[in-house]
Amino acid sequence: MYKILKKEDLSEQITLFDIEAGDIARKARAGNFFILRTHEQGERIPLTIADFDSGRGTITTVFQKVGKTTNHLGTFNEGDFLTDVIGPLGNHSHIENFGRVVCVGGGVGIAPVYPIARALKEAGNKVTSIIGARSKSILFWEEKMRGVSDDLIVTTDDGSYGTKALVTVPLEEIMMNEKVDLVVAIGPAIMMKFVCKTTEKYNVKTVVSLNSIMIDATGMCGGCRVEIGGETKYTCVDGPEFDGHQVDFDLLMKRLQAYIPEEHTARCGGKGNGGK
Amino acid sequence: MGVNDMEMKIEEKKAKLRVEMREQPPLVRARNFLEVPYGYSPEEAVEEAGRCLTCKNGPCRQGCPVEVDIPAFISLIKEKRFIDACYKVKERNALPAVCGRVCPQEVQCESRCLAGKKGMPVAIGNLEKFVADYEAANGDMKVPDMPKSTGRKVAVIGSGPGGLTCAVDLAKAGHQVTLFEALHKAGGVLSYGIPEFRLPKAIVEREVAYITKLGVEFVPNAVIGKLFTIDELMNGRGYDACFICIGAGLPMFLGIPGENLNGVCSANEYLTRANLMKAYLFPEYDTPIKVGKRVAVLGGGNVAMDSARVALRLGAEKVYRIYRRSLEEMPARKAEVHHAHEEGIEFTLLTNPTRFIDDGKGNVCAVECIKMELGEPDQSGRRRPVPIKGSEFQIEIDVAIPALGTRANPILTKTVPDLMVNRSGYIVAEEGTGMTSKPGVFAGGDIVTGSATVILAMGAGRRAANAVNEYLKWKHWEFK
Ligand SMILES: Cc1cc2nc3c(=O)[nH]c(=O)nc-3n(C[C@H](O)[C@H](O)[C@H](O)COP(=O)(O)OP(=O)(O)OC[C@H]3O[C@@H](n4cnc5c(N)ncnc54)[C@H](O)[C@@H]3O)c2cc1C
Ligand SMILES: Cc1cc2nc3c(=O)[nH]c(=O)nc-3n(C[C@H](O)[C@H](O)[C@H](O)COP(=O)(O)OP(=O)(O)OC[C@H]3O[C@@H](n4cnc5c(N)ncnc54)[C@H](O)[C@@H]3O)c2cc1C
Ligand code: SF4
Ligand code: SF4
Ligand code: FES
Repeated sequence: MYKILKKEDLSEQITLFDIEAGDIARKARAGNFFILRTHEQGERIPLTIADFDSGRGTITTVFQKVGKTTNHLGTFNEGDFLTDVIGPLGNHSHIENFGRVVCVGGGVGIAPVYPIARALKEAGNKVTSIIGARSKSILFWEEKMRGVSDDLIVTTDDGSYGTKALVTVPLEEIMMNEKVDLVVAIGPAIMMKFVCKTTEKYNVKTVVSLNSIMIDATGMCGGCRVEIGGETKYTCVDGPEFDGHQVDFDLLMKRLQAYIPEEHTARCGGKGNGGK
Repeated sequence: MGVNDMEMKIEEKKAKLRVEMREQPPLVRARNFLEVPYGYSPEEAVEEAGRCLTCKNGPCRQGCPVEVDIPAFISLIKEKRFIDACYKVKERNALPAVCGRVCPQEVQCESRCLAGKKGMPVAIGNLEKFVADYEAANGDMKVPDMPKSTGRKVAVIGSGPGGLTCAVDLAKAGHQVTLFEALHKAGGVLSYGIPEFRLPKAIVEREVAYITKLGVEFVPNAVIGKLFTIDELMNGRGYDACFICIGAGLPMFLGIPGENLNGVCSANEYLTRANLMKAYLFPEYDTPIKVGKRVAVLGGGNVAMDSARVALRLGAEKVYRIYRRSLEEMPARKAEVHHAHEEGIEFTLLTNPTRFIDDGKGNVCAVECIKMELGEPDQSGRRRPVPIKGSEFQIEIDVAIPALGTRANPILTKTVPDLMVNRSGYIVAEEGTGMTSKPGVFAGGDIVTGSATVILAMGAGRRAANAVNEYLKWKHWEFK
């Protein structure tokens, strides 16, 4: 089980896997995520199910190499096996015909936005997608996104491709010109924060998918807590999608930093904790 | 033997002191994750067994929720038939190496021991641990003769002590058993909650190996309710019955300001990182944990105790146990309170946290507390703590671990609309059988009773296995 059937490097930092996981593929819906472990000593990390094929029994994931586990994951090849794959987790996206929808994907967030855009389009929405990245070399899935959108806008921070802008610029232009019924935004916390600030001005409902640090992802540890409208929620079981206007993004960003000193130790091969 | 002789015999035996188990010295063990007691030598076990009066009706048995034949297994120790003694225990209790270590014997079997009426009770738990460890080291894993397959399929959901026991019994009855577990490892609280120095994980792994030898199919990484629903198991996948034993794993917080700061993590999170993910071996294992120089553990139970002792072993300089009542009301086991004391954990009693203070960067740097005094007794009979006005003070800390108990996790139950749960989300099940409102579905353990004990969950697992057997024969369902 959990064999990697396909590996594709989408950019230097971003890799795609198709993983054999038939039962999960049959159950997965847009918006779900899964947990994996690379090896016996490995940690449990959450990744979004960016696509699924129940016929072939595979799930697709797109991940960015940011730290120890994701870098290790990047060394896996086709034919290798993952130690554990657990899912589908979290609530799936709420899909219906809202009318006019804008889907925003930033960086590796383009992958999780894809199945949502596709489902929204299938449900009859008019979908404009905005995908953005720091630079052309790390942009991926442009054609795939175009295939599930009525319009596609591409931005890069450095102007190496598409419009030189942050994703919030074209988003604001759209909202100035037409009535938008829903915005879905997935990307770095800071991007989602500013998307929400922009849409708040136009009073457009905005759904974001949060990426808290997780362990069990079944509601058992409380490690993934976030504050939504002043109330504590667990991203893994209450989310990962929330009403963006209610999210305390500053808290989320601080909590994402919680283990930076420890991760630093790990990278520098520091000493262990206590006894044997 | 005349009455007088009997009296004489009792007097003689009582006079002998209980053979205490040698253990690591407090200041040494406080810095490692090795088991605290070393265990009996065979000589010590025989000596301690010699204190047992082999009472006819074995009053000790009534104190044990699964009625281990205590006089019989202890007699076998006296005869140095250690492996037979272990099998004797196993007739009633599939996990003696676990129970010998973690049962609260002082309120169970040992509380009824006749030798204890005037002197010290026989160390039943220690002896149980001894025979189980002896068997593990010297015997081979005996697989009983298995009956012919009944052709029936049963799904056991949750691999804690309740689920493990039920799976063993059902397999022995000839059913085809699949044990589904949400985590990547079996054992439930035995794996993720109870720390290595109280229950070495190798012991849990050995017990799990045993159930697979019995032919139980173990399926980790299966969150029932997400991957499959109960209906999918029973209809699509052909299971004739289900036993739900998923524990009460939802952590509670205080709901005070600052609780979401970095450095504040639930006992469940802290213990899961340390035990299941082996963060105490970080960075050899990848999962990090906040070590903390000054750690506050909030709450008075055994889970708080485990968290405090883990924090100490990870290298904390100072560990505070903050509890709003006094030592007397503390629900933690007395032996563990004693152990923690010896190891240098500081008990900050009659104190209640009121808020956590931010260092300006999103990390906790102190906890503000208020002093309490004991007022009138409440419903539980314990005196109710009331805050003393104006007595607020701060304790500097960098890690805080709320250990305030757990609740029912709805992840499975909310996907089974016809399964009756009570207002707190626990499954409603008949005590003697585990039958629920849904035909073919049984439940037991913490998800029915709320947080209890290992042996009670095992008892529920056994009773449910018997009831499942009956049900599979007659397919009769009557739930009151
Ligand atoms: C529901 C959910 C879905 C996710 N989907 C994807 C996805 O589809 N693709 C993808 O590339 N990533 C996704 N993530 C983020 C991914 O889990 C993290 O990148 C990963 O855990 C980092 O592990 P690491 O050991 O490589 O990095 P670490 O060494 O642990 O950390 C390196 C850096 O990553 C940050 N980080 C650590 N853990 C997380 C985390 N859980 N989320 C975000 N940042 C983190 C740290 O703050 C640090 O800056 C998702 C997270 C969640 C909660
Ligand atoms: C830290 C700690 C220390 C303790 N110390 C002691 C002690 O010393 N002595 C004692 O007697 N008792 C102790 N207890 C209590 C004891 O551990 C529990 O009462 C007992 O484990 C309950 O057993 P269970 O089988 O009901 O559930 P659990 O042991 O909780 O196991 C439930 C299992 O079900 C799994 N699960 C949950 N949801 C799903 C799902 N949807 N699908 C599949 N699987 C699922 C969980 O991952 C878990 O593995 C302690 C508890 C804790 C937390
Ligand atoms: S199972 Fe627990 S209560 Fe029963 S005899 Fe053994 S230690 Fe005592
Ligand atoms: S009550 Fe005590 S002395 Fe009597 S049989 Fe049981 S363990 Fe032995
Ligand atoms: S990850 Fe543990 S509760 Fe969400």
